[in-house]
Amino acid sequence: MTAKADTAEQNDETRAMTGAEAILKVLEEEGVEVIFGYPGGAVLPIYDALFKNNSIRHILVRHEQAAVHAAEGYARSTGKTGVVLVTSGPGATNAVTGLTDALMDSIPVICLTGQVPTHLIGNDAFQEADTTGITRPCTKHNYLVKTVEALVPTVREAFHVAAKGRPGPVVIDLPKDIQLAETVFPDRVAGVTERRYQPKVEPERALIRQAAEMLASAKQPVIYGGGGIINSGPAASDALRELVALTGFPTTLTLMGLGALPATDKHFLGMLGMHGTYEANLTMYHCDVMLNLGARFDDRVTGRTSDFSPNSKRIHVDIDPSSINKNITVDLPIIADAGRAITMLVEELKSMGFKPDKTALDKWWGAIDNWKKVNCLSFDQTGEVIKPQHAIHRLWEMTRDQKVYVTTEVGQHQMWAAQYFGFDEPNRWMTSGGLGTMGYGLPAAMGVQVGNPDGLVIDIAGEASFMMNMQEMSTLAQYGLPVKMFIINNEWMGMVRQWQELIHGGRYSESYSASLPDFIKLAESFGMKGLRANTVDDLDGVIEAMLAEDGPVVADIRVAKEENCFPMIPSGAAHNEMLLGPNDKAAKPVSEEGMVLV
Amino acid sequence: MVIKEQVERHTISVQVDNEPGVLARVIGLFSGRGYNIDSLTVSEVDTTSRQSRISIVTIGTPLVIEQIKAQLHRMVPVHHVRDLTTSGSHIERELALVKVVNSGEKRIEALRIADTFRARTIDSTLSSFVFEITGNSSKVEAFIDLMASLGEMEVSRTGVSAISRGATADMPISHGAEE
Ligand SMILES: Cc1cc2nc3c(=O)[nH]c(=O)nc-3n(C[C@H](O)[C@H](O)[C@H](O)COP(=O)(O)OP(=O)(O)OC[C@H]3O[C@@H](n4cnc5c(N)ncnc54)[C@H](O)[C@@H]3O)c2cc1C
Ligand SMILES: Cc1ncc(C[n+]2csc(CCOP(=O)(O)OP(=O)(O)O)c2C)c(N)n1
Repeated sequence: MTAKADTAEQNDETRAMTGAEAILKVLEEEGVEVIFGYPGGAVLPIYDALFKNNSIRHILVRHEQAAVHAAEGYARSTGKTGVVLVTSGPGATNAVTGLTDALMDSIPVICLTGQVPTHLIGNDAFQEADTTGITRPCTKHNYLVKTVEALVPTVREAFHVAAKGRPGPVVIDLPKDIQLAETVFPDRVAGVTERRYQPKVEPERALIRQAAEMLASAKQPVIYGGGGIINSGPAASDALRELVALTGFPTTLTLMGLGALPATDKHFLGMLGMHGTYEANLTMYHCDVMLNLGARFDDRVTGRTSDFSPNSKRIHVDIDPSSINKNITVDLPIIADAGRAITMLVEELKSMGFKPDKTALDKWWGAIDNWKKVNCLSFDQTGEVIKPQHAIHRLWEMTRDQKVYVTTEVGQHQMWAAQYFGFDEPNRWMTSGGLGTMGYGLPAAMGVQVGNPDGLVIDIAGEASFMMNMQEMSTLAQYGLPVKMFIINNEWMGMVRQWQELIHGGRYSESYSASLPDFIKLAESFGMKGLRANTVDDLDGVIEAMLAEDGPVVADIRVAKEENCFPMIPSGAAHNEMLLGPNDKAAKPVSEEGMVLV
Repeated sequence: MVIKEQVERHTISVQVDNEPGVLARVIGLFSGRGYNIDSLTVSEVDTTSRQSRISIVTIGTPLVIEQIKAQLHRMVPVHHVRDLTTSGSHIERELALVKVVNSGEKRIEALRIADTFRARTIDSTLSSFVFEITGNSSKVEAFIDLMASLGEMEVSRTGVSAISRGATADMPISHGAEE
C-alpha cells in the first residue's frame, strides 16, 4: 500500500461507524472471505451491514449446526479460520454441537452469536440464552462483548486465540445494542492482541537432541503421527516425509492425521487404533521407541491403556501441555509445534550423521512385513451385491488423478473410507473424529467446496447420518456447490448394528434405517442429479456419471446390509487382541470392563 | 493390572484477569473433568491491571495434578499457575467465623479454648459467642471440633489462602504502578 492510500484509509478509519460495521471491518482486516450463517432478530444489524458490504461472502445454511460444520470443513481444507454468524437463543444453541466438534478436533472457528441488548441480559428476554455459559465448556475461549469499545480488540484477540497454539472454536457473543452503537474503529496496537495468549511453539534444542539420540538407538522404532501435523500446516507434512525418508522408520497415522504422509509411501502402515491395520497396531505393540507427533493417545487408538505399547520409550511432541501424560505417560515430552519440531529433528539427525541401524531395522521390517501378509484389509467381492469396501476402493481408484477432498459422516462408512481411500496430501480428509458427529459430512463438504471451488468434493456418507443434516442439499442447490454425496446405503445404522451383533447378542434394538426416502427423487426435488447403484456391475458407471456431472449429485450406493468393519479392537482390549474378521469373534468375547466403554 | 496411584493434596495459586466468567471457567474445568476442589478462594489482588488470585486446594494423583495445572494454564485469562505444594515452602491460612450458642459452664469452656487457639471474640450475647480464628486448615478444624461439643454451632470458613515463603514475588502484581 502506498503512503497516500494509507492516509485515505486512516481518514476512513477515524469516521464513526456502527458496531456492526466495525465487526465486518475487523473481519476484513483478519482476511475473512466468507461467513457461514443464518439470520435472526439479534444479528439483524450485522446482516444489514453485510448487505452493504462487497468483500465478504455470506453462505446461508439451513441449520446453524451446519454452519459450524461448514466452517470446520472450510478451515480444515484451507488452513484458514472458519467464520460463523448466528442469532441469539436457538441460533446459538443449534451451533453447540458444531462447536463441540471443532473443540474435539482442534479446528479454528470463530462463531459470532447475537445476544439480547445488554440491559435485558438476565431477564429471560425473547430468544435469550446464556450463550457464554452454555458454550464455555465447548469452546477454546468465549467472550461476551459489553462495550462497543471492547468490540474490535475482542475480535482480534479471538482470531489469534482460535488459530494459534492448539486451534479451536471461539464464541463472541454480541448484544444487539453493541452492534448498533457508534464507535471509532481502533487502530491495531502492536503486541496487544497477542498479549494474553502466547503458546509455546519453538521446541527446545536440547530436547530435540535427546529425541534424536533415542531414535538413533532404536531397534524397533515407530512414528505415530496425528492431527497436530495437519494443524501445523502443509510444511509439517513435507517435513514428515523427509524424516521418514531419512530414517526409513515405519509410520502410522491416526484418523485425524491421514494425509500427513502419503498413503502410497512404502513406510506407511495404514491407520492405527480400533479399526486400524493389523501391522500398524502390532508395530505399536512391539516397538521399542515411539515418536508421537501431534497425536493425543486417544482411547480409540490405545485400546486398553495398561497394555498399550508395553515396552516402548516414548517421545511426545504436542503444542498443548495438557495432552502430555493425559492418557499415556511418556519419557520425553516436547512442547512445540509439530512442523517446527520435525524440521529441527531432521536437522539434528543430519548433523549428527544419523545412519539407521540397518541390521536392526531390516529385522524389524521383516516382522512388519509378516504382519502385513495377514492382509487384514482384504475383503471378498463376489456375487452381485456391492461390498461397501469395494465401493469406496473403486471411488478412490477412479478419482486418483483429481484434486479430491473427502468428508465423511460417522459410522462404518467413515472407517471404510479411512481404510480404503488413500490420501496423499494433508488437508484433503475431513472427518469428525473426536466427537463422532453424524451429520458432519454434508455441511463440512459444503464448506470445503466453498473454500476450494475447483476441487472435487465428496461426502462419503451413511444413509442414517446423511439424514441428520440433509436439509443442506438446499444450500448446495442455492450456491451451485457441486458436492458429490456418495451414500453407502446399508439400510442400517451399521456401526450400531455391528456393536449389537458383536456385544449385545444380535439384539438389533432401534438400529434399522426404516422409511428411507427415495434418494434419487430427493435429489431431484432439489433440482440435482440422483443416481443409484444396485449391483456391482452398476458401480463404476454410477461413479463415472457422478464425476461427469457439473453440479451436486446424490449417489445411492446399495451395499451389503450386514457387512462388519474389520479389523477391530473390541473396547477394552489391547492391540494384540484384534479381531480380524467374522470368524474371530467367538474366540474372544468382550470383557466386562470393555462393555462399559464406548 | 492397574497400579493405584497415591492421591496427594496440592495447593495451587492461579492469577487471572478479573473478567466476567473467569471463576465459572475455573470451576467448570474442575466439575467438567471430575477433579476435586477441597477449597477455593478468590479475590481481586491487583486493582490496576484488574487481576484476581485464586487459591485452590485439590486432591488427585500426580498425573491428575499435572493435568489440572496444564488445563488451567492454557486458559486465556490465566496469567500464572503455581503449585505451591511442589515449589518450595509456603504458608496457608484460612479464617473461620464460629458461632457457639450455649450457656453455663460450656460458655466458660468455650472462652478458654478460644483463648488457647488465639481466637478472637467478635460478637457475644448472653447465650452466644462468635469467634474469629485464623490459621492453617488443621488448626481451624481442631478448633471447630472442640467447639462442636460445647453447644449449637454455626461455621463460616473462607477457604485456604496461600503464598510462597521467601524473598521472591513469584506472582507479582502491578498494584499502584503505572499502567
Ligand atoms: C466411529 C469412530 C471410530 C474411530 N476409530 C479410530 C481408529 O480406529 N483409529 C484412530 O486413529 N482414530 C479413530 N477415531 C478417531 C478418534 O476418536 C480420535 O479423534 C483420533 O484418534 C484423534 O486423533 P489424534 O490423536 O491425531 O488427535 P487430534 O484430535 O487430531 O488432536 C491433535 C493433537 O495434536 C496437538 N496439536 C494441535 N496442533 C498442533 C501443532 N501445530 N503442533 C503439534 N501438536 C499439535 C493437539 O494438542 C492434540 O493433542 C474414530 C472415531 C470415530 C467416530
Ligand atoms: C449425532 C449422533 N448420534 C448418534 C451417534 C451414534 N452412532 C454412531 S455410528 C451410528 C450409525 C451410523 O449409521 P450410518 O450413517 O448409516 O452409517 P453406517 O455405520 O451404516 O456406515 C450411530 C447412530 C453419533 N455418532 N452421532
